[in-house]
Amino acid sequence: MHWVHATAFVILFGSGLCLYLPSLAEVVSRRPLVKGIHIYTAVAWAVALVLIVLFGDRGALRRTAREIDRFDDDDRAWLQHRPAPQGRLNAGQKLNAVVTAAFALLFVVTGFFLWYGERDTRFRLPNALLVHDWLMYVSFILFVGHLFLALIYPKTRHALNGITRGWVDEDWALEHHRKWADELRARSGPGVEPSQPGVARPDGFLKTIG
Amino acid sequence: MTVASDEGRPYGRRAFLGLMAGGLSSLLWAGPAGRVLSPVTSGFSQLLGNLLPVGGWRIYTISGSMPLFDESSFRLEITGLVRKPQQLTYQELRALPRASQVSDFHCVTGWSVKNVRWGGVRFADLLALAEPLPSARAIRFVSLEDPYNDSLTLDQALLPNVMLAYEMDGQPLSRPHGSPARVVIPEMYGYKGVKWLTRMELVDRQPTGYWEGLGYDQNAWVGRSNGYGV
Repeated sequence: MHWVHATAFVILFGSGLCLYLPSLAEVVSRRPLVKGIHIYTAVAWAVALVLIVLFGDRGALRRTAREIDRFDDDDRAWLQHRPAPQGRLNAGQKLNAVVTAAFALLFVVTGFFLWYGERDTRFRLPNALLVHDWLMYVSFILFVGHLFLALIYPKTRHALNGITRGWVDEDWALEHHRKWADELRARSGPGVEPSQPGVARPDGFLKTIG
Repeated sequence: MTVASDEGRPYGRRAFLGLMAGGLSSLLWAGPAGRVLSPVTSGFSQLLGNLLPVGGWRIYTISGSMPLFDESSFRLEITGLVRKPQQLTYQELRALPRASQVSDFHCVTGWSVKNVRWGGVRFADLLALAEPLPSARAIRFVSLEDPYNDSLTLDQALLPNVMLAYEMDGQPLSRPHGSPARVVIPEMYGYKGVKWLTRMELVDRQPTGYWEGLGYDQNAWVGRSNGYGV
């Protein structure tokens, strides 16, 4: 799910900019080709997401959706810059997921009207372009922030292991995702298979995805 | 799966639904809101425009690549219902009386560029060379970008701030903007302003142009056509 989004975002952003910026439009200049790439990437992206929901691990998706949905007192405290223990996803990550999901749908809706409005002028909504642009600006800022926290910022970049390799250091998890780490340690008593999702490995790592 | 997620409130879905509601409804209010906020945002976009080569323009092309202007081979033809058909070179076009104007540019898809400085030739001067026959009623503009073409009635082409522009913002017209020359009619949406112009054909009735064939209005008055203000 994460990587489908990431790949689609980069391709859509790149091709979109070629359609949007006159200077890039001149360099590339093959507008119908770029437009085709943009539109078919969008369709492939939407189809891939639907396929993941239909044929993926729906139990895991449902659990994650529930995690993202629920904000408790600790989450609210965390958002107000007060130290509070966090679950597997901190409140900021949850918010980011919510915004990303909403923007994805809004991109698709406004993009659909841009595409269909060219074919049938009754569906040409003058503001669809404006909204599509604004979504792009905000998404780009979020994307840069996301990359900064995942790749550069020393305190948080360890989380990259969580999404790329599927595990994080237990000490790091205790500091940043206390509630989740505590819970995993409680569950990983003797006799529990270490490879089971969300269970502490004996070597001091925690499995993040499963 | 986790203890924490069994507690708490469903703020996630509320935020999601709120964003969706805001986003979808903005299809209705984004334009008016943009205009209300334009004193605030225009400063920002000017700053952005200086940093990035955006400037508010979007370039639309309909074929595989933009036509390339070659000064030595370029000719602007004026044909059809005229007494003296013309084939103007780029230099001959530039030698005609120069007109300039500052006008706003509006695209039917919803974006605008304010205060564009155009330099070019009035159609009255071009038509004076070719001497249209009394039966001529409209001009069909043919682009080097096949099959882009559109038309204006003679009355529309002779409106005070309509021109064939070869300069934009003090520079010769660039390739994305339709070099060497494009039609500018500020009162109408941009699709009427044929870029990469290569031929003007005087005709007795207005033909259906490229965009009209796709359902856009023949008379593309800004704010009074294509579903706007009607």
